[in-house]
Amino acid sequence: MRRLLITFAFVAMVVDTHTARAERLVVSLSNHRVAVTSNFTGEELVLFGTIEPQPAGSPLRPPYDLVVTVSGPRLTLRARRKERMLGIWVNADSREFVGVPSYLAVLSNRPVNNIANQDTLRRLQIGLDNFLLPQRIGADLADTVRDEPFRRAFVRLQTQQKLYRESPTAVTFLTPTVFRAAIPIPAAVPTGTYNIDVELFANGTLVTRTNSALEVIKTGFEQYVADAARDHGLLYGTVTALMALVIGWFASVVFARD
Amino acid sequence: MQIYLPIADLPVNVFLVLGMGLAVGYISGMFGIGGGFLMTPLLIFIGISPAVAVATVSSHIAASSFTGAISYWRKRALDIALAMMLLSAGILGTATGVWLFTELRALDQLDLMIGLSYVTLLTVVGAMMIYESVRAIMRTRHGMPADLRRPGSHTWLHGLPFKLRFKRSKIYVSAIPVWAIGFVIGFVGAIMGIGGGFLLVPMLIYFLRVPTATVIGTSMVLTLVTMASATVMHAATNHLVDAVLALILMVGGVIGAQFGARTGQKMRGERLRLLLGLLVFAVGCRFAYELVVRPDDLYSLRYVAGE
Repeated sequence: MRRLLITFAFVAMVVDTHTARAERLVVSLSNHRVAVTSNFTGEELVLFGTIEPQPAGSPLRPPYDLVVTVSGPRLTLRARRKERMLGIWVNADSREFVGVPSYLAVLSNRPVNNIANQDTLRRLQIGLDNFLLPQRIGADLADTVRDEPFRRAFVRLQTQQKLYRESPTAVTFLTPTVFRAAIPIPAAVPTGTYNIDVELFANGTLVTRTNSALEVIKTGFEQYVADAARDHGLLYGTVTALMALVIGWFASVVFARD
Repeated sequence: MQIYLPIADLPVNVFLVLGMGLAVGYISGMFGIGGGFLMTPLLIFIGISPAVAVATVSSHIAASSFTGAISYWRKRALDIALAMMLLSAGILGTATGVWLFTELRALDQLDLMIGLSYVTLLTVVGAMMIYESVRAIMRTRHGMPADLRRPGSHTWLHGLPFKLRFKRSKIYVSAIPVWAIGFVIGFVGAIMGIGGGFLLVPMLIYFLRVPTATVIGTSMVLTLVTMASATVMHAATNHLVDAVLALILMVGGVIGAQFGARTGQKMRGERLRLLLGLLVFAVGCRFAYELVVRPDDLYSLRYVAGE
């Protein structure tokens, strides 16, 4: 099993900034801030962009492919597997996924496997299969092969929660150089900063990339309650318990007459 | 109408939760129990994590038992001295329960522990209640009084030292079983998110021979205090009490409880106990089924830490 594991050696993408590039990406997000309010049930953001020649006037080389990777705040999750012990199902084996995105959307104009070859995708971490999801294995942190059962279950469960997704139709080219990408923000997303990486491909190679970010924040009452619960647990609990007493008392007064 | 729950971190339908509060409140008012053993599984069913469900339900039970306790207080049907004795041990039990809850959560076995306790407690208590109430119903059929004279008024429990007299309940018992019962109820309540009313009432009747007249009111005082302190302790240690969810549940719960109490008063005691026994037993079987049958998904995820 260990042999199959690819050691967690982060292969940093080296973008050669010195060579003259023929394209430049200009992107704009419909909204940089998503506010989670009491009636929040999810939202869809739109990323618009164009492919500009650089320097101006140099030739473009369509058709292009575009991949937008949105990753939410990092967290650590434990995947657990139930096994039958003495006739009942209990959580037996478990694996910790350390510093993985809480939200991960890979949006493209066609399936990522058709855009570039496997090595390129793996190197650039494009697609749910290729994104680095480090697991704690003994003292090491390493991503496993994509078919490892825990990794597969992890991606599947996150996809069921609509937190992970790979959508080969979310990016639309309006003209050969103008595109739009729909970024779905489901109701259950965690708050924090979301990084948006936009990668442009032509003929299976990365041409240029740019990034942007959006922020999901709780506002008003929700923020207040969540902060109070975290920072002033004892006071928060006391207030909740008092609320219970007041409501209980109120009901007995209202219904007391008969 | 959807509302976003700030601690559970998901939106729920207000009317669905309010309806659940009403329904469980009705049952709890009818039988004089907290109804936590029904509410916790319902919350888990609509997608709220078991830990948040258990922590939040405690505040809901505190509200409905306070309503109940007030009305029993008005009828002078509660024994404050007995309740205080039970409580002194109950709080200790709750603290131990909250501590074990935190430990088990770290060990990934909380779901199993909650599941196993539900199965054992509910099926056993349910079966006992069914057996007892069916016998009582049979006796009335044969023209005998339903409530037999308390059989063999003295058990070994009455031979223990540290005897105390409880005037309102007209009993003279050792403090040891009183403390033991209080501890068990507090402990079980904190771990399982139940008030323990359905456990406490039979325990008081069968072990301590507390008369039926004061038993429900007294049990409600105990439930109230253990659940209110469980709310505070869960909030302080696990930060998992969702005040918004609690508020919706409470409003539904207290209204339902008032109507349930009226239905309950019209019913015959042994019929009521049979119905409750069947309900408790059915919920227990449902949990047993879940533990034994292969789950749809063997894998599950749990949050460990943010960054």
